[in-house]
Amino acid sequence: MSYEVALKCRECGRKFELLAIYSCEFCFGPLEVDYDYKQIKLNTSKKSIENGPESLWRYASLLPCDPEYKVDIGAGFTPLIKSKKLAEHLGMKNLWIKNDTANPTWSFKDRVVSMAIARARQFGYQDLACASTGNLANSVSAHAAKANMRALVFMPDDLESGKVIGSSIYNPILTMIDGNYDDVNRVCTELAASNDWAFVNINMRPYYAEGSRTLAFEVAEQLGWRAPDHCVVPMASGSLFTKIWKGFNEIRNIGLIKDLNTRMSGAQASGCSPISTAFKNGSVNFIPQKPKTIARSLAIGNPADGYYALKVMEETNGAAEMASDEEIVDGIKLLAESEGIFAETAGGVSVACLKKLVASGVINTDEETVLFITGAGLKTIEAVKDEMNPPIMIPPNAEEFMAEFNKLG
Amino acid sequence: MASKKVRFTFSTETVKEPLVYQLGHEFDVVTSIRMADVDDSIGWVILELVGDDEEISNALNWISDKGVRIDPLEGDVVTG
Repeated sequence: MSYEVALKCRECGRKFELLAIYSCEFCFGPLEVDYDYKQIKLNTSKKSIENGPESLWRYASLLPCDPEYKVDIGAGFTPLIKSKKLAEHLGMKNLWIKNDTANPTWSFKDRVVSMAIARARQFGYQDLACASTGNLANSVSAHAAKANMRALVFMPDDLESGKVIGSSIYNPILTMIDGNYDDVNRVCTELAASNDWAFVNINMRPYYAEGSRTLAFEVAEQLGWRAPDHCVVPMASGSLFTKIWKGFNEIRNIGLIKDLNTRMSGAQASGCSPISTAFKNGSVNFIPQKPKTIARSLAIGNPADGYYALKVMEETNGAAEMASDEEIVDGIKLLAESEGIFAETAGGVSVACLKKLVASGVINTDEETVLFITGAGLKTIEAVKDEMNPPIMIPPNAEEFMAEFNKLG
Repeated sequence: MASKKVRFTFSTETVKEPLVYQLGHEFDVVTSIRMADVDDSIGWVILELVGDDEEISNALNWISDKGVRIDPLEGDVVTG
């Protein structure tokens, strides 16, 4: 059973029917799903959730779609891992890592696509589309394959091979666009306006974005039904950041957690940092940028939810940081060597920004902090392949190995 | 008549110029502002432009040449 009742404008509060629309026709503000929280509260308990499946569908009563239409490839309920070595390295006493690389297509996008495809099926769409720098395309392609829907996936033509093959293996209609980032954006905006497709991050966006709230639900449940002191979240459009905060608020409001004093801090790459730059300038208004970073999954120069992310930082006494390409690579390596988690470039951004936030005293070393790692490293091997220690190369001879091994000291 | 919904972003250099007003006078395009936020150093406006396709296109080229960034209302469609 689901309890969504309307779409509501985030700016003017006007309500609209639950349709495939995404902006308010009066003020052009973004639409968000509104729920009957009284019914959710009556029909949701810690026990009912804990008895549910080990996937994000354990939170079905809080999701914006009828579970009858779900396409379940096992998204969500990923591990929350207590950090030891990374925490020690950073001088932190209480650090957790939410490892969303453990999703079926190895990124958090499986959470949002789960919502978008369920709603698309509920609306009767046959085609699922997206414009993506990789992770979203992987997830759309996999979900559409499972649902026997046609997937139309658009990508810039300079993406990492892991992300291209990670989509094409599911046999979508995959189009690589020869052009700069703005060209790709323009083409896809036009296509979305003129075709009757479920475009997951345009006309399905109000439903799609809600999937990110499940990260907050899971973290709270995995901590024993409480919210952490601080969250560090990578930011592209800013949607993930704002939805995690929304999720914590919702479960506080329906009584699943008691207190909510979480500070929300965001992480961006220096080469595409409209939100972090605005934060450092003390403004909630960002200036769009042309992305130039190895963290392509965060390369959104004109973030649709940037303003709202900045408002959340303001409300929660959070902060924002940014990391250079070199710091991103160091962050990937540090996470791998300290925690055994191989993250994509966005994970490197999160680690590098956490390091800066702790070093500058923004995050107190006593604060219980959750670091969100949203995608797996095999998708972006190009970023680190030249940074590795070379392997020991020997003929098939044990003595040769021991000779090399002893040189290591 | 065509309609286009866009977001204009004004830099420190352009934020104090009455460019939306001028656009409405220079071109046969009706501007309808729905949301905006402007401070000393930056401003943005979300608005609808109504007119002939060609006139809207000319108006957008004109304001772009003045240094205003134009983006689709949706923000960036390409995402992670």
